[in-house]
Amino acid sequence: MLRFLVRRILFGAVVLWLVATAVFAMYFIAPHDVARTLAGRQASAETVAAIRHNLGLDRPLLVQYGSFLWKALHGNLGYSYTNSQPVTTLIGQGLPVTASLVAGGAILWLVIGVSTGVLASTHPRSVMDRSATAFSLFFYSMPTFLLGEVLLLVLFFRLHLSGIDWFPGAGYVALTENPMEWARHLLLPWLTIALVTAATYVRLTRGSMLDVLGEDYIRTARAKGLSRRRVIYRHGLRAALTPVVTQFGIDVGTLLGGAIVTENVFGLPGLGELVMTALSKQDLPTIIGLVLLASAFVVVANLVVDILYSVLDARVRLS
Amino acid sequence: MTLTPPATAEAAAARVEPAAVDTIEGRSPWQLAFVRLRHDRVAVGSSAVICLIVLLAVLAPVVAHLLGHGPNQQFRTTGLSAEGIPVGPGSTFLFGTDDLGRDVLVRVLYGARISLLVGVVASGLAVVLGVIIGLAAGYFSGAVDTVLSRFMDVVLSLPYLIFAIALVSLLGPSLMVSVAVIAFFSWASVGRIVRGQVLSIKEKEFVEAARSVGAGHLRIMFVDILPNVLAPTIVYATMLIPLSIVFESTLSFLGIGVLPPTATWGNMLSESIAYYRVAWWFVAFPGLALLITTMAFNLLGDCVRDAFDPRGNRLFVAVED
Repeated sequence: MLRFLVRRILFGAVVLWLVATAVFAMYFIAPHDVARTLAGRQASAETVAAIRHNLGLDRPLLVQYGSFLWKALHGNLGYSYTNSQPVTTLIGQGLPVTASLVAGGAILWLVIGVSTGVLASTHPRSVMDRSATAFSLFFYSMPTFLLGEVLLLVLFFRLHLSGIDWFPGAGYVALTENPMEWARHLLLPWLTIALVTAATYVRLTRGSMLDVLGEDYIRTARAKGLSRRRVIYRHGLRAALTPVVTQFGIDVGTLLGGAIVTENVFGLPGLGELVMTALSKQDLPTIIGLVLLASAFVVVANLVVDILYSVLDARVRLS
Repeated sequence: MTLTPPATAEAAAARVEPAAVDTIEGRSPWQLAFVRLRHDRVAVGSSAVICLIVLLAVLAPVVAHLLGHGPNQQFRTTGLSAEGIPVGPGSTFLFGTDDLGRDVLVRVLYGARISLLVGVVASGLAVVLGVIIGLAAGYFSGAVDTVLSRFMDVVLSLPYLIFAIALVSLLGPSLMVSVAVIAFFSWASVGRIVRGQVLSIKEKEFVEAARSVGAGHLRIMFVDILPNVLAPTIVYATMLIPLSIVFESTLSFLGIGVLPPTATWGNMLSESIAYYRVAWWFVAFPGLALLITTMAFNLLGDCVRDAFDPRGNRLFVAVED
């Protein structure tokens, strides 16, 4: 168990180091000379040189690389080129928004996805099963931004026209400010992210449940007189959840680094919007910081999933 | 009364006898899969839809010529109302016009060209890369396998959209960059599947035989092993196409894919987001085109998988029988 964990943590650290090295290289592949861009069009050669010196860009490459890694390890991701704020401050502002979006969305997509998948697998080939697979196909094929736009058009705009203002079209209210408004502003984004993601969970749960319910120990459980309900949920679902847990870890980890599309459609000032603005302003430190953070989330999520495996499924003895 | 299974089996055999009596011909797995696909209504239907989309994409310039509306031609007087608002579907503009007075129908057809091109080319590149790297990893094992497998793990665990954004910030958005980005983030899953297959196939006698008559590594990999991993690769490739199409449209939507004024479905939907209140057609037609295309490819992919491996569970279609 311990050896396994150490190995996984080491792999995660190597991934993050590779990512850090790759993004560090970005500073030098970037088409623009950073100091010149910052100095502006009319700057003299001395000003550019001074800025270059201030940023430490005139030091040897290895020194810069070492200092970049050292600072990143200590949670210092540098300063934004556009407003000189520390990148960590910008991340601190965006993260609560993205976390709110992902937390609510994750609960919704888990509930929708897993319950629909279970219902479909316990009534194979029924009307229920057909609707579940059709639902899954529809939303699996649907790009997130398209669903967001359609929900805006139908649930925000059409309802708004008929005088029902349940769903605001855009904007964000902090949870600490007004919990009701927070939830109301996030309803459409939650629904968007949940429906698109739930499609995968329906497929996963249904397929995995169909496999598990065909196994011998399920028949044994039924034969010894357990209720159908207990067999399906306690014996079947528990084993069938393993692939769902993997997918869940990957999805949450990926989205925490910025639910780029959903935030873009609904104008939520989260990490995804941050990276899009940084891109439009060529703000390299912010982009690099966000890439590092997003990769760290994915690495941690994968680690958590590995540990959860052993809790969920006693047959997995982490080796 | 006793039920004797053998008797029923015999009866069943007797019933199918007439067909089996004629000729018994050997069929390759490919022929079998093709026959199953031809008898699968969903497969035939989705292939027909895909053929139609391809046809419309190929004929886009012809349609544009017949209508007299170029894909980037702006009809400031006929295509926009006096207040500068897009004109709805009608006899001149079948699908209405967009914010610049361009014909939405013509642009949707031109958008299909980009989507199909990127979908097929990016998936194709990903499959070629994945097959070569997966073959090498599975065949050579040892250090080569460790390095390549870990590399695949790393690529698979990266949050691809934010990496795509970082790459575009360096290279600038374009069609080529989109294709490259999509292929780069898709090949690793192909590689992993191929590697898994190769691991078991390389232990088979025919590989041993090939080696004993002096075949080189490359020959064994590409002539002896490759044909045996093609089936799962083709299945995966079919499912990769809709993913690539969605990926491309997302990049275009975010403004980091194919740049305007080129008509792509992602660009059109991105432009329409400011106009959905006044021009539903501007959202509806490119959106429907995108959705129908990805659904058709996903359904076909599901059928192809089913044709090669009929014992597995269908993903999207709960079939009768």
